[in-house]
Amino acid sequence: MTKSPATNKHVQKKKKGSTGASFDNLELFLLHLPTTIWYLIFCYAPMFGVVIAFKNYKPKPGKSFLWALINNSKWAGFDNFKFLFKSSYFETMIKTTVLYNIVFIILGIVIPVTLAVLFNELYSKKLAKTCQTMMFLPHFLSWVVISYFVYAFLATDQGLVNNTIRSMTGATENHNWYRDVNFWMYFLVFLNVWKGMGYNMVVYMASISGIDAELYEAALIDGATKSQQVRYITLPLLRPVISIMFIMAVGSIFRSDFGLFYQATRNSGALVSVTQTIDVYVYKALLEQSNVNLSSAAAFLQSVVGCITIVAANLVVKKIDPEAGLF
Amino acid sequence: MSKKKNSVLKYTRVKPFTNVLISCLFIFLALLCLLPAVLVLIVSFSSESSVRLIGYSYIPRGLSLAAYEYLAKQTGYIGHAFLNSIGITIVGTILGLITTSTMGYALSRPNYRLRSFFTWFIFIPMLFSGGLVASYMINAQILKLKDTYWALILPICCSSFYCIIMRTFFQTTVPDAIIESAKIDGARQIRIFLQIVLPISLPAVATIGLFLTFAYWNDWMMAKYYISGNRHNLFPLQYVLIALEENIDFLTRNQQNMTAGTVSSVPSETVRMAMVVISVVPIACSYPFFQKYFVSGLTIGAVKG
Repeated sequence: MTKSPATNKHVQKKKKGSTGASFDNLELFLLHLPTTIWYLIFCYAPMFGVVIAFKNYKPKPGKSFLWALINNSKWAGFDNFKFLFKSSYFETMIKTTVLYNIVFIILGIVIPVTLAVLFNELYSKKLAKTCQTMMFLPHFLSWVVISYFVYAFLATDQGLVNNTIRSMTGATENHNWYRDVNFWMYFLVFLNVWKGMGYNMVVYMASISGIDAELYEAALIDGATKSQQVRYITLPLLRPVISIMFIMAVGSIFRSDFGLFYQATRNSGALVSVTQTIDVYVYKALLEQSNVNLSSAAAFLQSVVGCITIVAANLVVKKIDPEAGLF
Repeated sequence: MSKKKNSVLKYTRVKPFTNVLISCLFIFLALLCLLPAVLVLIVSFSSESSVRLIGYSYIPRGLSLAAYEYLAKQTGYIGHAFLNSIGITIVGTILGLITTSTMGYALSRPNYRLRSFFTWFIFIPMLFSGGLVASYMINAQILKLKDTYWALILPICCSSFYCIIMRTFFQTTVPDAIIESAKIDGARQIRIFLQIVLPISLPAVATIGLFLTFAYWNDWMMAKYYISGNRHNLFPLQYVLIALEENIDFLTRNQQNMTAGTVSSVPSETVRMAMVVISVVPIACSYPFFQKYFVSGLTIGAVKG
């Protein structure tokens, strides 16, 4: 009451201004509220769901999952993990996942980078465009479709490969490719490279086309050969992209492409020793054997180790090149 | 500028012989990617007797449309799966665009007070996830999504990667001045977003829309997790393919259920490949036209956040 009208007005105006800004904040918040709810339900709730790995989950007919988890399942501590570690398939499972991923990471960087560098040297841009489009095709196909492609070649009776062998050598015995572990060991690598080649090539090509042409002109004047240009200009400038792709790949070293290992191999029992990655195991244990305890322990391990590796990879890359980190 | 580039090109080019070698390499790789698809296409048009006689081959002994004629008769079943796939793709793409663009827009506003909090909020799931078991339990047991269309749509409709692409696009291409002037004119954020930001961001919307469309059309994992084997009316095309793989006479058995048709006349070998062709054709025919959006999406996504 003691305030003069002028200051009162000033205060009011200021207040109006600040509510305008908070309205702005509120509106933006309401705008992405549905997305926030989606994240809470589909990303954050499962994070708390990892407690299943420390429980001895026992479902009870007629009762909900939460009731069974809280009231009917005893805390198991690390029992699920101990059981998992002791099981005979654990070592193979980890070995398969990690070894394949190491091969995939190396080939997934070396081959696309090489191709992207070579691709830019093609004289005919028309040929380049056509080839790129064709090489992009596998990326747009699902593993289910690819499993049929593979089947058309490898089917025991009608497959193209066996037919060709039969007609060329006159052999009457058909080779059962879906039971051939040695073949699939390498064929899985081929399939993975084949599907990702076109896509990954484009990632590196986009950054190569962003390199300033004057750098190459300067190098040319200095008498640098083509291979020297690649070595001293292209590759160093590609390093940030390569390191981001590397961190992402290392971060998922405990994950595997379920489609590749389960679907493309038609879930062949004979191939288990090369196809049972952690993802395949978790799927089989959960949905085929209903073994919630072991599968949740394996899934938990995968998540935690994945999180540690991505943070570690980022740290290491940042130490070498402070600019190159992902976060 | 381009003239200058061309004259320089003469000197920077590789030797003609090297060019021939590289061309051959790329033609080889391109064929390696294309020929398997061609084989499946040819098999689907082969006659059943040719497949029985010489197996799957690039040069069949006889051509026939029997597989497609058979599928055309199965409209009740195949048509349903086709419609399922289309419906899921449309609804999923729209929902995905809504969720990613709103979040991307909010995170692109420099004055938004919760900006850094929500940037972390969408970034953390990229580092750590609950894993399959926890997600499955929540989706199937708590949300009761099992054997519903929503199970095929909701779990994959949003992703941090898409949100970040959207945010980066809004940040780099939508001038702040436009939004500020709209605000001075008294427009609310929702109106600014719908009437100003979205219309000038169509390239980003198209890119993410395409990512989502292809992801939904190709998705089979959600169906494998959440759809029981006997709920045929919920199957998308990709899951029909899986069912055919696991059970050769899946289609014939279904035909028996529906009509008392002659089962023996089913060209089962070629029908499967025809199904593959049907599910691939929409993609294979459309992606060459949309390729540039994919490339632009990748380039935006490569900008670190």
